[in-house]
Amino acid sequence: MTRKNVRITGLAALAMIATLTVVGFPNVKANDQPSEAATEVKIDNFVFGPQTITVPVGSTVTWINKDDIPHTTVSTDGVFKSKVLDTDEKFSFKFTKAGTFSYFCSVHPKMTGKVVVQ
Amino acid sequence: MTEKNKNLIDQKLQNLNNDGVDRRGFLKCMAWAGTGLVWTMSGGIPMSRAFAKSHGKDAGKGGDFSFVQISDSHIGFNKPANPDVTATLQTAISKINAMPHKPDFIIHTGDLSQLSKPSEFDTLDQVLKGASAKQVFYVPGEHDMLSDNGEQFLQRYGKGTKGSGWYSFDQKGVHFVGLVNVANLKAGGMGSLGHDQLEWLEDDLKGRSASTPIVLFAHIPLWTIYPDWGWGTDDSEQALAYVKRFGSVTVLNGHIHQIMQKVEGKVSFHTAMSTAFPQPAPGKAPSAGPMKVPADQLQRVLGITDVNYLVSGRSLAIVDSPLGDSGSSPSGNAGIPFAAVHSIRG
Repeated sequence: MTRKNVRITGLAALAMIATLTVVGFPNVKANDQPSEAATEVKIDNFVFGPQTITVPVGSTVTWINKDDIPHTTVSTDGVFKSKVLDTDEKFSFKFTKAGTFSYFCSVHPKMTGKVVVQ
Repeated sequence: MTEKNKNLIDQKLQNLNNDGVDRRGFLKCMAWAGTGLVWTMSGGIPMSRAFAKSHGKDAGKGGDFSFVQISDSHIGFNKPANPDVTATLQTAISKINAMPHKPDFIIHTGDLSQLSKPSEFDTLDQVLKGASAKQVFYVPGEHDMLSDNGEQFLQRYGKGTKGSGWYSFDQKGVHFVGLVNVANLKAGGMGSLGHDQLEWLEDDLKGRSASTPIVLFAHIPLWTIYPDWGWGTDDSEQALAYVKRFGSVTVLNGHIHQIMQKVEGKVSFHTAMSTAFPQPAPGKAPSAGPMKVPADQLQRVLGITDVNYLVSGRSLAIVDSPLGDSGSSPSGNAGIPFAAVHSIRG
C-alpha cells in the first residue's frame, strides 16, 4: 500500500465520519425511535398490533394482552412460545437472528402476526 | 313468558313464514346467562326449549329421555359483564334441578374453565355436584387446554376417551358422539378435528343402522358461522359426510355464547348459550370478546340479537322443528342460506 492510497483511505474515512455526523447520526436516531417504540405488540380486540413489526437483530419484542380473554403468542416454526397470557400479562422474546418469524395465538388461531428481524 | 308461547317449537312452526323467523319465538329462545337448553328425545327426534319455559305443565312430557346441554361456564372469568360466573353456573344448575322432568344427564360443551387452572376445575366440579343429574358428559373448549395440551382436562373428565378426549356412548337407542375440535389448532385456521379423530369417527359410525338418531357434540361449531372470528371447524365437512346417511343428526355446540340454529337436510345444528357471559353477534363488534353490559341489562342484551344462517326452502319451519326429522320436516330444501337479525326490545 502506497502513502497516497493511505491518504485517500484516510480522507474517505474522514468523509464518512463527516457524513455520519451531519447526516448519519440523525438517521440512526430516527431509525432507533420507531423500533424502540414498536418493540411492544399489543393484543387488543383479538388482533396483534402492529400485525407486522420490523426490528433490528438483537431486539426484544414484548407482547401484552389487553383483552379480557386469554391469548398466546406461538411461533409457527416453533421458535418461541408464550405461556397463556391473561389480561395485562406480558411475554418477551429476544430475536438474535435475522429473518421473518410468523406467529399466532394458539387459542384463537385466526390471530396471526409477523416479526421481521433485520 | 306467556303460556301461549311456552313451546318454542310449536310457536315457531305456527308463526314462521316466508319473510323470516318469528320475533317472539326468538325472544323466547333467548334465555339469559345461567340457563341452558333442555333437550327431549321423543322417538329419536330431539326438541329444544329454553329453560325458562320448562316450568310449564307440559315441560319435559312425552320424551323417552331428556338431557340438558350447558356450555361455556368459564369458571375463573371475573370481568364485566359477569364478575361471578360461579353464581350463574349455580343458577343454571338450580334451574336444571327445578325442572319437573328430571334430565337423565348433562352435556357440557366445553370452556369449563377460563384458564385451565386446577382451582377452576375444582369449582366447576363442586357446582356440578349439586346437579340432580349425576352423569355429566364433557368435551373440552380451548380454554380447558391452555397450558398443558389438555392433559389435566383428560385426567379429570376424559377417562376412557380416545386421543385428545373424543368418545361415544349410547342412550336408549340414540348414539352420542363427543368430539374435540380445540386441540392442535393451526395458524390462520378455525377449529380442527384432525385426521385421527375423523378416522375414529368413521369407524365408530360404521355398521350402525341409518335409523339410529345421532347426536354429535363439540365445543366449536361444526358448521361455519363466522370465519373471521374462527367460528367454525376447518374439517367438519368430513365429519358431516360420515353422518349423512343417518335419518336424524343433531349437532350441539357452544363457544359462541349465543343460540344459533341451522338445518341442512337431516342435520340440525344448534349452539348453546354460555352460563358465563354473552358474546356479540357475528361481525357486530370489533372482536368476539365478552359483551360488557350492566348486570341488570344482561338478560336484555342477550335477547337483543340473534342471527341464524338457515338453509331452507320456502318454509322456515324446519328451523325449530324436531331436528333432522325426515318424517315431518318440510321437504324441498333448496339450500338457500337465510340470515335474519332480530332486534327485540322491551
